[in-house]
Amino acid sequence: MRAIGLSFIDWTIIIVYFGFVLGIGWYLKKFTKSQEDFFLAGRKNSSWVAGLAFLSANLGALELLGMTGNTFKYGMFVAHFYWIGAIPAMLFLGIYMMPFYYSSKIKSVPGYLKLRFDEKTRVLNGIAFAIMTLLVSGINLYAMALVLHTFIGWNWDVSMWASAITVAIYVTMSGLMSAIFTEIIQFFLIWFGLFLVSILGIVEIGSWKEIMVRINEYSSQVSYTTLWSSSANPLQNGMFVHWSGIVLGLGFVLSFGYWTTDFLVIQRAFSAKNLRSARMTPILASFFKMALPFIVILSGLIAIALSQDPHSGFKLLQDSGHTNYDSALPLLIARYYPSGLVGLGVTALLAGFMAGQAGNISAFNTVWTYDIYKSVLNKKASDSHLLVMGRASTIVGVIISLGTAYWAKSFPSIMDYMQAIFSWVNAPLFATMLLGMFIWWITPSGAFWGLIAGMVSSFSMYMAVKFHWINESIITMSSVQSDMAANFWRAWWAWLICVVVTVVISLFTKKRSKEELVGLVKGLTKENHDQYVPFIKRPEFYALISLVVFVILNILFW
Amino acid sequence: MPEPKMKPIWFFVGMILLVIGGIIFLNGIYLLFHPPVIKTVLADMHPDIWWGAIMIIFGGVLFLKTRNQLV
Repeated sequence: MRAIGLSFIDWTIIIVYFGFVLGIGWYLKKFTKSQEDFFLAGRKNSSWVAGLAFLSANLGALELLGMTGNTFKYGMFVAHFYWIGAIPAMLFLGIYMMPFYYSSKIKSVPGYLKLRFDEKTRVLNGIAFAIMTLLVSGINLYAMALVLHTFIGWNWDVSMWASAITVAIYVTMSGLMSAIFTEIIQFFLIWFGLFLVSILGIVEIGSWKEIMVRINEYSSQVSYTTLWSSSANPLQNGMFVHWSGIVLGLGFVLSFGYWTTDFLVIQRAFSAKNLRSARMTPILASFFKMALPFIVILSGLIAIALSQDPHSGFKLLQDSGHTNYDSALPLLIARYYPSGLVGLGVTALLAGFMAGQAGNISAFNTVWTYDIYKSVLNKKASDSHLLVMGRASTIVGVIISLGTAYWAKSFPSIMDYMQAIFSWVNAPLFATMLLGMFIWWITPSGAFWGLIAGMVSSFSMYMAVKFHWINESIITMSSVQSDMAANFWRAWWAWLICVVVTVVISLFTKKRSKEELVGLVKGLTKENHDQYVPFIKRPEFYALISLVVFVILNILFW
Repeated sequence: MPEPKMKPIWFFVGMILLVIGGIIFLNGIYLLFHPPVIKTVLADMHPDIWWGAIMIIFGGVLFLKTRNQLV
């Protein structure tokens, strides 16, 4: 079944967008002369540019189809991914961690592990990140092909190859700079292309209150319209998760693991022109992150409300007897948008997917080139050679992600697949980073073996549950089955295992001297940035405002 | 040798919003006088006209403000 029909005008808008991003790649190519230009966009971006790119790199397929679909499936609980699952971590990154990242002039997050610990920890993380990035990149291609195939009727393979080639061309031409430019354009296209769905949805249903009334009629046993008040009993919320799972698994480990260690997003902050701009990058992004539920969560809630009205004619698509939750947003676009706006809506989705993929590929080419190729395979590589390697690895990365896209198809929902990958790699890495950045006596051996223990245990727990070797309730400490709760809890256990192993081994292995760790560990490093700047101009002030807004939102939708 | 200067990102954002907003707005005007056989929900509100206009204004301001800037 096809949901969206495209007119000549819609096609025109889509072609304008494709031509535009290719044109930008070509325009920026003449400014991309050195490896610093290609991998770090010349380190000259303002905090606004870096901040919007920081957010947009995460605003791919996951945010748009996945989150709207998950809202239909789990209810308002999905907003936790935007608020407690992002804001505290983003502010922590800007206030406490960015000074160590930015000031050490590293080119990647694994690069910090090399300075703080040793080469083997860096290479281990570099390889894990490269694999994770290519797997996640497959999601973007899968999601894009899903949109084009299911809703527009395009051929699955042709859609994936066409979009992948476009991304490969513009990232190969000008690296991170073109990725950042297209990410920011995508940010505006998403707001203009999709926010109108929420506006028209409210107009059709009547009011926000009416949406809530209709959803509550949908299920009296399970709450789909609250954030915290139904979290004490997993049976009372759509996600079937206890508040402790949200706080420890999502709010602490998964969120901090992603936002403070994932090079995909942090690379955007590295492109900032100075330390203050780098610190402001995640803080500014936090305001826009908090606003995103007004597109994706609201659309999902509107879809639930409409589906409760038999006269609305709104019903999600079915795939082989299963509800296709990811069809919620495209069906709303088809419902409200006349020709022209349909082209804008489809372009916004395409832009989200392509920018997300470009983000993954630009992070992959940097980690591959610096943390694997230069670190292990060719230590004497010249500047120009690394530039060529960056471009070559972009093309190879796109080809590998094409392969992983087919694997992504076997998961019932995009988001479940994504969180599973994060809990394998990012959760233990966050433990290593946190210990390494804040405790000086953590040793290279402790970090290395702790990281391995965390990753292996997380992956083992995932496989054990998937193949029914153990019952999921052992991990979630609850009798209620939920993939999402399992992801949260698996991340928490992986983090804890990594912490314990790292600390125990560090107690018995050789420590690096304090002098060697100056600039890399809090407490050993003089922190006098913004010393003479008035408080209202400091990143801390903006972080405080963000925190207040975050608290208000949580209370409002309690 | 001085580094070459480039147009700021906001110039490109303004340009694409102006172009796409212009297409949507003009198409909305056309559909006002030649309504389609199958109408979307709330088609009578003509969202394409006012939303296209908002995009033109937003994109136009960004485009005009940054057209002579180099960074």
